[in-house]
Amino acid sequence: MATLVWLILLIPLAGVVANLALAKVLPKRTAGWLATAAVGVSFALAVVLFMQARGALKEHAFVTDPLYTWVLIDTLYVPIQLLVDQLSLLMVLVVTGVGFLIHVYSNGYMAHDEGIRRYFVYLNLFVFSMLLLVLGANYVLLFTGWELVGLCSYLLISFWYTDPKNAAAGRKAFIVNRIGDFGFALGVFLIWTTFGSLVYTDVFEAAGTATPATLTLITLLLFVGATGKSAQLPLYVWLPDAMAGPTPVSALIHAATMVTAGVYMIARSHALYAAAPTTPLVVATIGALTAIFAASIAITQLDIKKVLAYSTVSQLGYMFLAVGVGAYVSAIFHLFTHAFFKALLFLGSGSVIHSMEHAAHETGEHIDPQDMRHMGGLLKRMPQTGWTFLIGAAALAGLPLTSGFFSKDEILAQTFFGGHTLLYIVGAVTAFLTAFYSFRQFFMVFTGEPRSKAAEHAHESPAVMTVPLMVLAVFALGAGLVFGLPLENGAIHHWLEPVFHDVLEHHEGGNPMFLLVISSVIALAGAGLAYAIYVLRAADPEALVARFAPLYRLSYNKFYVDELYGALFVRPFFALAAFLAFVVDKLVIDGAVNGVATILRLGSIVLRRLQMGYARAYALTMALGVLILVAYFLSGGF
Amino acid sequence: MPVPVEQYLLLGAVLFVIGMLGVLLRRNAIVIFMSIELMLNAVNLTFVALARHLDSLDGQVFVFFVMTVAAAEVAIGLALIVAIFRSLGTSDVDDAHMLRG
Amino acid sequence: MSGAELFFYVLAVLAITSALAMIFTPRPVYAVLFMVVNFVAVALLYLQLEAPFLAAVQVLVYAGAIMVLFLFVVMLMGPAPAPLWEHIPAQRPLALLFAVGLLGALATAIRKGAFTPLTGTMSSAIATAGGQSQALAEHLYNRYLLPFELTSLILLVGIVGAVVLARLPRQKNPTTD
Repeated sequence: MATLVWLILLIPLAGVVANLALAKVLPKRTAGWLATAAVGVSFALAVVLFMQARGALKEHAFVTDPLYTWVLIDTLYVPIQLLVDQLSLLMVLVVTGVGFLIHVYSNGYMAHDEGIRRYFVYLNLFVFSMLLLVLGANYVLLFTGWELVGLCSYLLISFWYTDPKNAAAGRKAFIVNRIGDFGFALGVFLIWTTFGSLVYTDVFEAAGTATPATLTLITLLLFVGATGKSAQLPLYVWLPDAMAGPTPVSALIHAATMVTAGVYMIARSHALYAAAPTTPLVVATIGALTAIFAASIAITQLDIKKVLAYSTVSQLGYMFLAVGVGAYVSAIFHLFTHAFFKALLFLGSGSVIHSMEHAAHETGEHIDPQDMRHMGGLLKRMPQTGWTFLIGAAALAGLPLTSGFFSKDEILAQTFFGGHTLLYIVGAVTAFLTAFYSFRQFFMVFTGEPRSKAAEHAHESPAVMTVPLMVLAVFALGAGLVFGLPLENGAIHHWLEPVFHDVLEHHEGGNPMFLLVISSVIALAGAGLAYAIYVLRAADPEALVARFAPLYRLSYNKFYVDELYGALFVRPFFALAAFLAFVVDKLVIDGAVNGVATILRLGSIVLRRLQMGYARAYALTMALGVLILVAYFLSGGF
Repeated sequence: MPVPVEQYLLLGAVLFVIGMLGVLLRRNAIVIFMSIELMLNAVNLTFVALARHLDSLDGQVFVFFVMTVAAAEVAIGLALIVAIFRSLGTSDVDDAHMLRG
Repeated sequence: MSGAELFFYVLAVLAITSALAMIFTPRPVYAVLFMVVNFVAVALLYLQLEAPFLAAVQVLVYAGAIMVLFLFVVMLMGPAPAPLWEHIPAQRPLALLFAVGLLGALATAIRKGAFTPLTGTMSSAIATAGGQSQALAEHLYNRYLLPFELTSLILLVGIVGAVVLARLPRQKNPTTD
């Protein structure tokens, strides 16, 4: 079993090495399939591991023997060691499974890109990093993977780095993540000083021994890291910009896997979070606020990927709400379903963009291929993409019986029964907004009349792209029914029960069916409103925009948060940097250096005259020296 | 009545200073070199005089060594002077002053 | 004035005069000849100081071999005109000043030495060895054996160095091979 775990982790890395080593030998297209095969094998092995482990894992987690002692300083011990339990195994399956489909899809999407090899090297490296993150058996390995996915994210966001906008987006992601990682690192340091170990098993066993204040501080610091990586308030700003990268990257990194690292980390550290007195409420509040905040931005966006980006932020808010109220299983469940339907939506939008781009190229139109105002009527022209996208939108909106419906409803129910009525209301309103914007998007893109020549001439993407869409659609549609039923007692709950048994609290005493009905009504109402506006034209969208102009502008401009951060942090920082560069460095530092040089130069002008080059002059100096020495000895020493 | 040892020493000092003047004032490399030999010789005289005064042969042994070294020095020194003369075409030491600040 | 004193003063005056003449004559050939005069005078003084072996070596090595070498080089380079002007600033006055200063200092040192007058002859060792040269030889080959052997090394190095320096630069022309 240990061998299997190591292989799952290392095969994607082998893919990276192979693609780099064989760069000169293999044709470019082969690079993609090699990388895809690496992740495919990794996924197959993960399935084998899952089959083997089902029985064995029931009792306790499986920790491999340390492969290597990375750090051993006094009592600071960091082994390279992997942990397999129900949680990490589920994450591995999601990462490699969804990752594999996205690899396949990328072969079509990136087929004509110059940098396809570089792209797949990054993608494989990303899968390796994410696997390291979820499989590592201590906080240092988690942090290593955490940083590596950050690096891959940076590399892939600015993949088309020749456009300065993309490079800027990559930098933004990197810097904002750095802020979060700083908090995370501090949290890890504090864990070390408090518990004297960084290995999960030691830390969680000792969780009760720390004072509540310390635990609160640790968990809050870790949460700061999570807000960076998982794009929560106030550090979410990088994720919408991260859409600058290729669309499959958005699907893999900024929707399905990497951004869930924060959720995974909190779920992994649930022993600490459950023991900390105030942190869960903070987490839940931030999560709920992020959810509604991002959703309110998403409803007005016109860029097909921006809508999805903000929906990702919003859905991650749900997950944090769930871990905050102690519904860890629900959070992971939502993470699980979200991975499918969000990957589906992103890949679907990628398919749309891909074909819009080609059509615009053919018709010679100069339009933004991501702007939904130029689309419309694509369902007829791209039926496979359209219908799968509809499934994804339905799952995101939480229409009854889709996967998103079960997982989201469970979070809301747990919130409600946990007594957080206010948070429940926020979550419910968000659900309404979510349903509205996801169907607004679907109707704008796929129904009605084409609003540009490119949209008229769009045609379906190749099978290599549509087949992954269909596979994902099956999961997006059925994952809830298969794994989530009966309510709060489904297969996934049983599977995760051993991990969370110590912290699971079941909020009984209400009728979940009652909430289920409310959720259904909300979702249908949101979708219905979108239908009324964008299909039936019951109210003209333009008129609505004009009527609510101030609110619309606020939402469309993302509440001016980027501008606010720019004024508060970025510009003062630039001013400070300019001051240091042009005043301190130029005048003080350079002045000191140049001053020393000037003094030496002036001194040398005088001193060099002594070096005349005449041997006799030197002999004269020597004579003077002799004279002085003799006089010295004569006088018996001065 | 033997000559007092001070007289010998004084003579050595005078010869030494004359040699030094030769080194400092003359520009011909060979004359400078001869002046150095003169200085060595002056020191030798001092050695011998003091050996006589101290009734010890060590001083004379040193003179012997100084002569040996001086002989080797003459061989090398004159070869150097010839080499310089060959490349610069002069025996004026002041013409070899490329190494200046 | 005793005979010994007369002998000394005559030789002293001769040595000083020839030394001055050596450094002031404009012609290198004359300088070499004055040097020989000086060396012979000093050699005679060695005799007076009971160092007959050194006196002989002085005449043989200095007045003989070295003088020939110098003469040879002077002839080789031909008569070099001695420029009259001094172009190093203050070289002459400073040289004179330092020379006078050093002489003064040395004279003071000698006077401070308060030497006892010389008496008789060099005694003990020479008497037992049966002669001045024998005594020096015994001293050289016993107590100073190692330095003596090292001087042979110095001479060897001197020979090799002189040969290397005096050799003409290797011909670049390949046809001479």
